[in-house]
Amino acid sequence: MSEDTVIEARGLTKTYGSAVAVDNISFNVGRGEIFGLLGPNGAGKTTTILMLLGLTDISGGEVSVLGFNPAREPLSVKRRVGYLPDTVGFYDGLSAADNLRYTARLIGFRLAEREKRIADALERVGLAEHAEQRVATFSRGMRQRLGLAEILMKGAQIAILDEPTSGLDPHATMELLGIIRGFKAEGVSVLLSSHLLERVQSVCDRVALFSAGKIALMGSVSELGRQVLGGGYVVDIEADGAGLAERLALIPGVSGVDKTGVGKLRLHADRDVRPEAAAEVVAMQGRLKFLGVQEPSLEAIYTRYFEARPDAMTEGARHAA
Amino acid sequence: MQREGSAFQGLGVVMLKELSDHLTSVRMRVLEWLVVLVALAALYGAIQQIKDTTAEDPFLFLRLFTTSRDPLPSFVSFLSFLVPLMAIGLGFDAVNGEYNRRTLSRILAQPIYRDALLFGKFFAGLMTLSISLVCLWLLVIGLGLLLIGIPPSAEEIARSFVFLLVTIVYAGVWLALALLFSILFRSAATAALVTLGIWLLITFIWPVLAGAIAQIVVPPDPRYMALGLQTPGTAELEHVLARFSPSTLFAEVVVAMLDPTTRALGPIYLSQLQGAVLGAPLPLGSSILIAWPQMVGMIATAMILFVIGYVVFQRQEVRA
Repeated sequence: MSEDTVIEARGLTKTYGSAVAVDNISFNVGRGEIFGLLGPNGAGKTTTILMLLGLTDISGGEVSVLGFNPAREPLSVKRRVGYLPDTVGFYDGLSAADNLRYTARLIGFRLAEREKRIADALERVGLAEHAEQRVATFSRGMRQRLGLAEILMKGAQIAILDEPTSGLDPHATMELLGIIRGFKAEGVSVLLSSHLLERVQSVCDRVALFSAGKIALMGSVSELGRQVLGGGYVVDIEADGAGLAERLALIPGVSGVDKTGVGKLRLHADRDVRPEAAAEVVAMQGRLKFLGVQEPSLEAIYTRYFEARPDAMTEGARHAA
Repeated sequence: MQREGSAFQGLGVVMLKELSDHLTSVRMRVLEWLVVLVALAALYGAIQQIKDTTAEDPFLFLRLFTTSRDPLPSFVSFLSFLVPLMAIGLGFDAVNGEYNRRTLSRILAQPIYRDALLFGKFFAGLMTLSISLVCLWLLVIGLGLLLIGIPPSAEEIARSFVFLLVTIVYAGVWLALALLFSILFRSAATAALVTLGIWLLITFIWPVLAGAIAQIVVPPDPRYMALGLQTPGTAELEHVLARFSPSTLFAEVVVAMLDPTTRALGPIYLSQLQGAVLGAPLPLGSSILIAWPQMVGMIATAMILFVIGYVVFQRQEVRA
C-alpha cells in the first residue's frame, strides 16, 4: 500500500449462503480524498462499508484500512475510523454531550481531553448551544450533525458515512455537505455512500457506481461523463449573426451543430471549444449573450448507463470503446 | 488467528452506563416499588402469624421468610414470583432495544468487541437486581429485628445470606433468558411476550406436566396406590422432570436453606432415615450440601443460556 492510500480493497466479496451481496470489487481511497459509493438500495454499499469496519465477516478477497486488516485487527481500525451509519441513532434520554461522552469513554479518552474534544466537535457542527439538550428533541438533520461530531471528536483519519444526506431537507443537506468538505480540508479521507446522485456529485472527488454487488464504473464525475455519455463536450451558445452555425462548424474538433432555438446553438465537440466559439462570434461582430459548457451530470451518466444495458456487466467494453 | 486486544475493553464503560440507565429508569422504579410493597405485605402477615403461634423456635428469624398467613403467600413465594418478573423486565429489550434505537452499529464501530456490550449488559442487569435484593434483604432483617425484637443468630444470618445469593443466581437465570430472547427477536414486545410465556410455562404448568408425564411413562403400581403411597419409580421420574425447571430448583434450595430440618430434597426410603433424629436441625454446611446440586444446576442454566445468546449475537448482522 502506498503512502497516500488509506483504504485498499482487492477482490472483496461477501456472500450470504448462495446470494452474493458484494461480488469481487476492488478500489482504493487516497488520503484526503472524498470517495463516493453510489448505487441503488441493495447494491452492496452498506455491506462493503461493514466489511471495511470489521463489523461483518469477509467472504473473500483482501482489504486493508490504514494498513490494518479489519477482520483481524478490528480495534485498530475502529480506533482510527469514524462511522456514521444509515439513519444514525442516539440514546434519546441523554443529552447530546452525554451521548458523545459515552462514545468518548468507549474510545478511552481521559476526562480533560474528553470534555475538550466534545466541546470542539459540537462547536464545529453548530450544536454547541444544544449540547445539554436531550437528543429526543433533535431533528433529523441535527442527529446527522451529531453523528459527524462524534467522528470529529474521535479524531478519525477516515470518515465513513452511510447515506449521510438521505431524508434531509435541502438546507440541512447543504450544511452537512459543508461539514464533509471540512473533513477533506483537514486531510481526513471520506468514504460516503448514497443513492441520491446529484447531492453527492458536488463533493465527491471520485465515485464508484454500484450495480448488483459489483462496481460498474469508477472514476471522477467528468471522466465517467466522457466514458458513458459518448464522450465529448456540449457547448451551448446564444448569439446572433447570419451564418454563425456554418462558421462554428468549421472550428477544429466540432463534430456537429444543432439549432436549439432562435439564436441558440448547441455544439458537440471533443474538447472544450468555448474560446474558439467566442472568438468566431466576436469576429463576425455578433452579440454573444450566453456561452456555457454542460457539466456531465451523474444522474445522466447513471440513467444512461443502467438504462442502456440491463445486463450492465457483460457489455462493459462497448462504452469504453 | 487470534483477535487483537482484550475482548473486555470497554466492559466497565458499558456496564456503568447500563447500570445508570437501569437505576434511573421508570421501569425499574415501578418494579422496585412493587417488590417492596409486596414484600412488606408478606412480611407483615408473617410477623402476625409468628406472634400468634410460635412459642419456642430456635430458627424464629428464618420463619420471617417462609411463614405465610392467609390470604397472603409467604415472602419467599412472593419473591420466587417477582424476581423473574424483575429480571425479565430488565432484560427483554437489552439488545433489540439497541437495534431499534439504531445505536448498535454506531456503538460497535467504536474500538470495542461485541463481548463487552453483551457482558456489560448482563452484569449491569445482574448488579441492578443484586442491589434491589440486598436492599430487600436488609429491609426484612431490619423489620424483623424491630417487630419481633429477638436478634437473629449467626447461623440464621448465614442461612438467609446464602438464600440471598441463591436468589441473585435465580434472577441471573431469568435475566440470561430475557437477554437471549432480546438477541433472537428484533421486536422488544415479541421478546417480552415469549420470555413471559416461557416463565409461565416453566413455573406454573411444567410441575403439573411433569407429574402427568411421569405417570404415563412409569404407571403407578396398584399395590402402592392401595396403601395410599406414591410409586417410587413414578415419584423419582416426576422429580427428575420437575427439576428441569429453574423454579423447582430455586424452591428446593430455599426449603433446604430456610428450613434447617430439611434432610433431603425428594423421595427417600424409610431405611435411609435410620438413626436420624427427626425434626433435628442440620448444620449449615450439611444444608448447603443437600442443595448444592440445585445451586450448581441454576448457575449452569444461567451460563448455558448466556452462552447461546453470546454465540448468536457474535454471528448476527449489525445492520438494521
